[in-house]
Amino acid sequence: MSFPWAKHYEPKHPAMKWLDERLPLPRLVYNAVGGGYPVPRNLNYWWNFGFLAGLCLMIQIVTGVVMAMHYAANTQVAFDSVEMTVRDVNWGWAFRYAHVNGASAFFVVMYIHIFRGFFYGSYKAPREMVWLLGVVIFLLTMATAFMGYVLPWGQMSYWGAKVITGLFSAIPLVGDPLQQWLLGGYAPDNAALNRFFSLHYLLPFVIVGVVILHIWALHIPGSSNPTGVEVKQESDTVPFYPFYIAKDGWAIGVFAIIFSVFVFFAPNLLGHPDNYIPANPMSTPAHIVPEWYFWPFYAILRAFTSNFFFIQAKLMGVLAMFSAILVWFFLPWLDRSPVRSGKYRPVFKWFFAVLVVDVLVLGWCGGAPAAEPYVMISQLAAIYYFAHFLIVLPLVSLLERPDPLPFSITESVLGKDHEVPLVSPSTPPPAPASEEVTA
Amino acid sequence: MIRLVSILVGLFFAAGLGWSFYNGAMTAIEDPAAQTVEQAYHREPKEIHFASDGPFGRFDNQQLQRGFQVYREVCSACHSLSHVAFRDLSQIGYSEAEVKAIAAGMQVPGIDPVTGEANMRPGTPTDYFPKPFANDVAARAANNNAIPPDLSLIVKAREGGAAYVHSLLTGFRAQPASLLRRFPDAKTPQGLHYNPYFANLNLAMAPPLVANGQVQYGPGNPKPTVDQMATDVAAFLIWTAEPKMDKRKQTGWVVLGFLLFATTMGYLSYRQIWSGTKH
Repeated sequence: MSFPWAKHYEPKHPAMKWLDERLPLPRLVYNAVGGGYPVPRNLNYWWNFGFLAGLCLMIQIVTGVVMAMHYAANTQVAFDSVEMTVRDVNWGWAFRYAHVNGASAFFVVMYIHIFRGFFYGSYKAPREMVWLLGVVIFLLTMATAFMGYVLPWGQMSYWGAKVITGLFSAIPLVGDPLQQWLLGGYAPDNAALNRFFSLHYLLPFVIVGVVILHIWALHIPGSSNPTGVEVKQESDTVPFYPFYIAKDGWAIGVFAIIFSVFVFFAPNLLGHPDNYIPANPMSTPAHIVPEWYFWPFYAILRAFTSNFFFIQAKLMGVLAMFSAILVWFFLPWLDRSPVRSGKYRPVFKWFFAVLVVDVLVLGWCGGAPAAEPYVMISQLAAIYYFAHFLIVLPLVSLLERPDPLPFSITESVLGKDHEVPLVSPSTPPPAPASEEVTA
Repeated sequence: MIRLVSILVGLFFAAGLGWSFYNGAMTAIEDPAAQTVEQAYHREPKEIHFASDGPFGRFDNQQLQRGFQVYREVCSACHSLSHVAFRDLSQIGYSEAEVKAIAAGMQVPGIDPVTGEANMRPGTPTDYFPKPFANDVAARAANNNAIPPDLSLIVKAREGGAAYVHSLLTGFRAQPASLLRRFPDAKTPQGLHYNPYFANLNLAMAPPLVANGQVQYGPGNPKPTVDQMATDVAAFLIWTAEPKMDKRKQTGWVVLGFLLFATTMGYLSYRQIWSGTKH
């Protein structure tokens, strides 16, 4: 990154000088979260959630590595090994509950981060790559969370694995062999559990890799901001350190308080009681439901109850469920409004509010049993979900007349009086990003 | 072009959903689902309070010991407690000698040191509670084709937790006459027992707590009524499901205290650092 006014890293201690010449790691950190990264001065609290998402990933990796030290990926002992960790390992209960509730916390934070992006148009040029990588992170996290939920080998774990891998059997011709190949057998068993454990341990490090790319891609154009107006001058920005380190630091405190209330006082609130029953292939739970963070997509899956022409209802549901996320990949090209921030888009604003309610309704239906009226409500909600992304957004961006934008971030924060001339005609425009400081 | 394709894709999914909605709505109108006997007669657990409830709640060891007594004298005939070891009982106030005595009073599977054959021997504190049946087939044979569930996690494994356990234990009764009038086919089958707190209303378990004073509590304890015994054993099962609960809540208060302090400091430094900067 590259605003001409970005501060440069100057090592003072001889040891840091020595290190910086051989491996410029301190320089990389300085340019990522230090004074070398100028950030718009007007970010609101919604912008804290990216940092918090990174924190959640770290919590999951640290607690997960400790959990893995006590876990045994074998259908005979998996359930008992988790119970043993909670009962007989020093602080095992704390690690387990932090890991279980950490998954929920991760999704809460990620959903807020994503919907922040929806509202403020964070997916628009020049940040499409940031957005695409973000959707990849979300998909990887969903896969990781699903496989992690299977590991304790409780009733919901087992039947969840059966239902979700069963989705692949809806694919014509190759479906059944594909499901057997994924499971390594005809039903979830030791082979499936073992490979789920292997992948559950591997994928978080893949996520870390994509997160690095996500941040790298972000630092090329720099952070977006609530006005949606690009940075034009030095007075638009403040250095990341100390300003946003301090703001994120206090956000971490608030997050940690809420997180701790769950871990220490209501650790099983977000879980399902059936997962404390050891897996039993001979007995189906009354209602098979995934973890709450999959409920909106689960509702879309179950909303297709009739065959549509020659397409089986199950296949339609699977297509729709995956499309519900894949459609996010196309967002930068579906919404072509020249105005980035929803704050200045009077029509879009309302559709966004409807989308938020719509997804909450879908979530509520996804957690309810597959009976009326929940199925009919989820059908209507799913219609709006697809209409919002595929019909409403393209049309609104075409038809809407946006509110006037502020000239710059400085103007929106300090008022017109503080406007300073951008660049005088005699000075050349700022140089493009130089290679060495892209971090 | 992408707008056109996207609108077509959106219409495709919307039409599929609309078709499903239409079929569902027609079925709901033409063939409305009748209320089932479970919907009409299943009851939510009765409200009940335990010493361990809430963020300040702590286990009441007297009560847990009474509950353990009920488990040992009544429930253990059919239900295992496979995640609990005798040594764990020291956490609910039994002395080392008492734990040893309790363990020695139960027979656990062992190996004859001379012949190597399987036998039964008195338990030691490191042993886990023995299983009442040799295997699932034996358990089914003795219990009208139902397997008595393991109780160590039952409070966490059922909706409603300890309140459900208490309601189930005290909820056995004759089938209401109105039920049989409305649903003549729903007569409780031979060998099962009607209990409105059980999901499908008919339970293989016979009422285990049938008479006041079935378990003799020592001096200084409340009267062992059926309700008291059910409450005590439910409290005991909260502990078996989550023996570290007291420690968890105590730790939670320490952690929250620290976090409140640290977050306040974080907020003040945030305010100070941004004090000269409009944003």
